[in-house]
Amino acid sequence: MTENHTALYGEHEKAGASFTDFGGWQMPLKYSSELAEHHAVRNAAGLFDLSHMGEVWVTGPDAAAFLDFALAGKLSAVAVGKAKYSLICNADGGIIDDLISYRRSDERYLVVPNAGNAATVAGLLAERAAGFDVVVNNVSSETSLIAVQGPNAEAILLTLVPAEQHSLVTELKYYAAVDVVINGQELLLARTGYTGEDGFEIYIPNADAATLWQALLANGTAQGLIPAGLAARDSLRLEAGMPLYGNELSLDGHAYAAGLGPVVSLAKESDFVGKAALAAIKESGDGTTTGRKLVGLKGMGRRSARGHYPVLKDGATIGEVTSGQPSPTLGYPVAMAYVDVAHAEPGTVLDVDLRGKAEPFEVVALPFYKRQK
Amino acid sequence: MSKVAPELQYSAEHEWIATDGAGPSTIGVSAVAADALGDIVYVDLPEVGSTVTAGESCGEIESTKSVSDLYAPVTGEVTEVNPAAVEDPALINTDPYGAGWLFKVTVESEGPLLSAAEYAEANGGEL
Repeated sequence: MTENHTALYGEHEKAGASFTDFGGWQMPLKYSSELAEHHAVRNAAGLFDLSHMGEVWVTGPDAAAFLDFALAGKLSAVAVGKAKYSLICNADGGIIDDLISYRRSDERYLVVPNAGNAATVAGLLAERAAGFDVVVNNVSSETSLIAVQGPNAEAILLTLVPAEQHSLVTELKYYAAVDVVINGQELLLARTGYTGEDGFEIYIPNADAATLWQALLANGTAQGLIPAGLAARDSLRLEAGMPLYGNELSLDGHAYAAGLGPVVSLAKESDFVGKAALAAIKESGDGTTTGRKLVGLKGMGRRSARGHYPVLKDGATIGEVTSGQPSPTLGYPVAMAYVDVAHAEPGTVLDVDLRGKAEPFEVVALPFYKRQK
Repeated sequence: MSKVAPELQYSAEHEWIATDGAGPSTIGVSAVAADALGDIVYVDLPEVGSTVTAGESCGEIESTKSVSDLYAPVTGEVTEVNPAAVEDPALINTDPYGAGWLFKVTVESEGPLLSAAEYAEANGGEL
């Protein structure tokens, strides 16, 4: 696989990042200490390069009707300026990707798939557009995405926004987006994120990304902003109980078992890809009353569960861990796992097979961490 | 680049060993390994009085991202473990050759050990 570099690769090198492959991209894993980066996001702010994510514009009179068909959610019900988390499924109800769509006007949406899935999703959207009056334009390769996450994110961002536009930022709701002048350039600013904190994501042409990155760091350092890598991003999202494609979500799984039933709009009048299969799955109760469902596990000892470790009840395998590590914020191990629904009630004590030794974990409600508002 | 302390010997599994005269030898993990693991949050060490066997797992080291076995570079009886490293495993990242040492062994026999230069050559460390 070719290793793609984002437009910010040079900035990461300058900052001393160690790199890791993620979805075919060489991305910063950490700059110094992933724990320090994690705590910075919880207590001050972290700066993330998310340019490996995809950006696909869907434009045309049928844009809303088309996305209602292509995705599991009811995108036509999203107000202009707002965003919606959704799934793109195959005909069997399997999850091809989870993604966020921003409605920018009546006839224009920005769809943001995950890094490794961006080309697949763009291709599928183009394919599913047959018969609809829309244009699907994949701008992933020319677009960078920079996130500022943490309690100080708003204050840091405002230092780069002209005073007369401050209210656009301060009044921006969670899961909404607006065009704002940032560092002298009108850009799409979204109040979304994957860390469990307040924060922003800024879409910017590749050519301008490094300048904005430097400006954010220059203005944010005094307020505790540091660059944060994928290691911190993963521990933050796990604490926030957010699923990761490839870990909690996959083609072999489905929305109901993953706890994403509310994301699937069986009630929308129109057909959508996977609708019949998902209706049958819901009817069968798989992931709710039968089979396995995704739960949170809190470690009662100090050792952590990791992906693919078996979950046991009285020595019998009743599930499998999908993600797990020590929680830097909470101070104990946390994990997500698919377990038989019979053992999925919060408060249930299960074991995880930690390399041959069973250690107790308690089923807890997700998320593990919720910020104080 | 991660530091390789020149005065120590190393195992291929990234443990270092300091042999000082007739007393027990001190064992830890290299900065190369500590840096690769990331922030270390938990360490499980062999018990004092137990016997470890060269080349066999005798504990584990857990970082935020992963967990690794700790291998004994020598065979012998464990005489002491470092309570400071158990209490604050971050010491293994910040001072792997000093305050982050792990345990001491009365050596009966050594496994295959590498010189600092050989270890640095094989693992990309800096002497």
